[in-house]
Amino acid sequence: MSKPHLELSSVSMSFPTAKGDFLALDNINLKLDQGEFVSLIGHSGCGKSTVLNIVAGLLQATQGGCMLDGKEVNEPGPERAVVFQNHSLMPWMSAYQNVELAVNQVFGKTMGRKERREWIIHNLELVHMDHALDKRPDELSGGMRQRVGIARALAMQPKVLLMDEPFGALDALTRAHLQDSLMEIQQSLNSTVIMITHDVDEAVLLSDRIVMMTNGPQATIGEILSVKLPRPRNRVALAEDSEYNHLRQEVLQFLYEKQKKVQPLRTSARASAGPLVKAAHRG
Amino acid sequence: MDTVMRYTKPISDFVQQRLPAFSLQGVLRTLGMPIIGIAVFLMLWQLASQNVDTAVGSLPGPAQVWQQSGNLWADYQEEQQRARDFIAMQEARNAQLLERNPEAETRIRPYSGQPTFFHQIGTSLMTVMSGFLLASLVAIPLGILVGLNRHLYAAINPLIQVFKPVSPLAWLPIVTLVVSATYVSDDPMFSRSFVTSVITVSLCSLWPTLINTMMGVNSVSQDLRNVSQVLRLPFLTHVRRVVLPSAIPMIFTGMRLSLGIAWMVLIAAEMLAQNPGLGKFIWDEFQNGSSSSLSRIMVAVIAIGVIGLLLDRTMLMLQRALSWDKSASTQ
Repeated sequence: MSKPHLELSSVSMSFPTAKGDFLALDNINLKLDQGEFVSLIGHSGCGKSTVLNIVAGLLQATQGGCMLDGKEVNEPGPERAVVFQNHSLMPWMSAYQNVELAVNQVFGKTMGRKERREWIIHNLELVHMDHALDKRPDELSGGMRQRVGIARALAMQPKVLLMDEPFGALDALTRAHLQDSLMEIQQSLNSTVIMITHDVDEAVLLSDRIVMMTNGPQATIGEILSVKLPRPRNRVALAEDSEYNHLRQEVLQFLYEKQKKVQPLRTSARASAGPLVKAAHRG
Repeated sequence: MDTVMRYTKPISDFVQQRLPAFSLQGVLRTLGMPIIGIAVFLMLWQLASQNVDTAVGSLPGPAQVWQQSGNLWADYQEEQQRARDFIAMQEARNAQLLERNPEAETRIRPYSGQPTFFHQIGTSLMTVMSGFLLASLVAIPLGILVGLNRHLYAAINPLIQVFKPVSPLAWLPIVTLVVSATYVSDDPMFSRSFVTSVITVSLCSLWPTLINTMMGVNSVSQDLRNVSQVLRLPFLTHVRRVVLPSAIPMIFTGMRLSLGIAWMVLIAAEMLAQNPGLGKFIWDEFQNGSSSSLSRIMVAVIAIGVIGLLLDRTMLMLQRALSWDKSASTQ
């Protein structure tokens, strides 16, 4: 097998707290091929976002590390574009300007002015936002903002696209719509994607592999599920598909039986789980 | 069209704030209560004035103050006329000189009469704007640097906390002495008293802008900073495209506070240091002690208040025009 495109090897992460170091992630190993779509799923606080931030370079792993195309990742950079949960668009810039900020930074030296303009508009067309070039985020709906955020990330032409619950804050209809758009774009660009999600359907529908994480502290990869459903996928047709439902059930089983998260009614119920649980509030 | 609207909208808002769409109820609500408030105030003032006797006669009532403001205007007109006459006289004489001898060197001496009330207003405005500008030029860049750097913040914060509450009256002697020792030149561009006032005003009014800029820069959301990091924006681009726009509402709030302080400090500095301006006008009238002095001082007090209000409104307009956040408060 050839060298992996992206590789996380024995990544551990601990945060210093008043009561000593808190080990959030323990020994994460994961390899991704070019063009693969991988979802991270797990209960809140299991360190999914921490994994993503380590790949993004926004956090430094305390042990182990992340390699992209044979180079170690130790700082953020546009080749690992991030789509943030809450769009993170500059509120004082229009949709066009938000994408322009990224394009000028990444392609300012290699593309001419006209070429950059076309590239910006092309990316906004991909997410069907070319009708609102001059609208500012406060004039757009939540789904539209997220689209612009995705366009900004795509416009960096990243090697890996990192998405932190990109559709978490959207209503179900908008979410379905954006999921379809994302599938379409990912297929045509063949981009490598890591997406964090809470949504079992979303994970099965979009992914090539679903990485299921155990509960923190010392969260690690519990199981990895391969989704071999043929693409393009159609959510309506899949609803009756036996394999789709089987995969769904496996994820649900992992989340709600194997990694059942007990929500204690009183704090004393946590005592048996050890003192570290109290610190496990990180997302 | 859009950009034109962007700049004229605040002005039209500003006007409309006083003149809202005509409806009897609206007019009563927006004009009625303020008018009643002012009327009650004038009545109480009139009552009080009749019952307070001072060394220079009874406290002037609204009517006397109104009359005195007319006198001050007349004084100003008269002085302007004299200045024009003086210049015209010189021009006539120069013309004569040139007629006799075309090679003659001619010059026009500036008129150097007593500064009137309105001249003093001009001087004060000039001084306050210069001091405020100087303070902003120091405070905004410094605030950005300090706000962006945790270590610098830790180093500078105690100094700010100590110097912020210092009264202008305490700065003034130091500034006066330092300026007279260091600002020595045979042909100074600005008079020494002007420099002293400007520096005192800056020292006192710098703090709100500095603190608000620091806070504004410090509170740029982590998400936006992450975007900037992922894009690897260079430091200056990061400041210009991310930090500054994000902090601008806070910076303007600080600047409005600063301008208010600058205006208050200026009057005190002018009174104490005999620097030309409204403060000196008040002090001179106080020393003068004529029967009209108190009325003239009251005219000055009202003028100071109105000018302070106008300065604040101007800043607000500027804020609305320049800031992307159009929800600037009107208070």
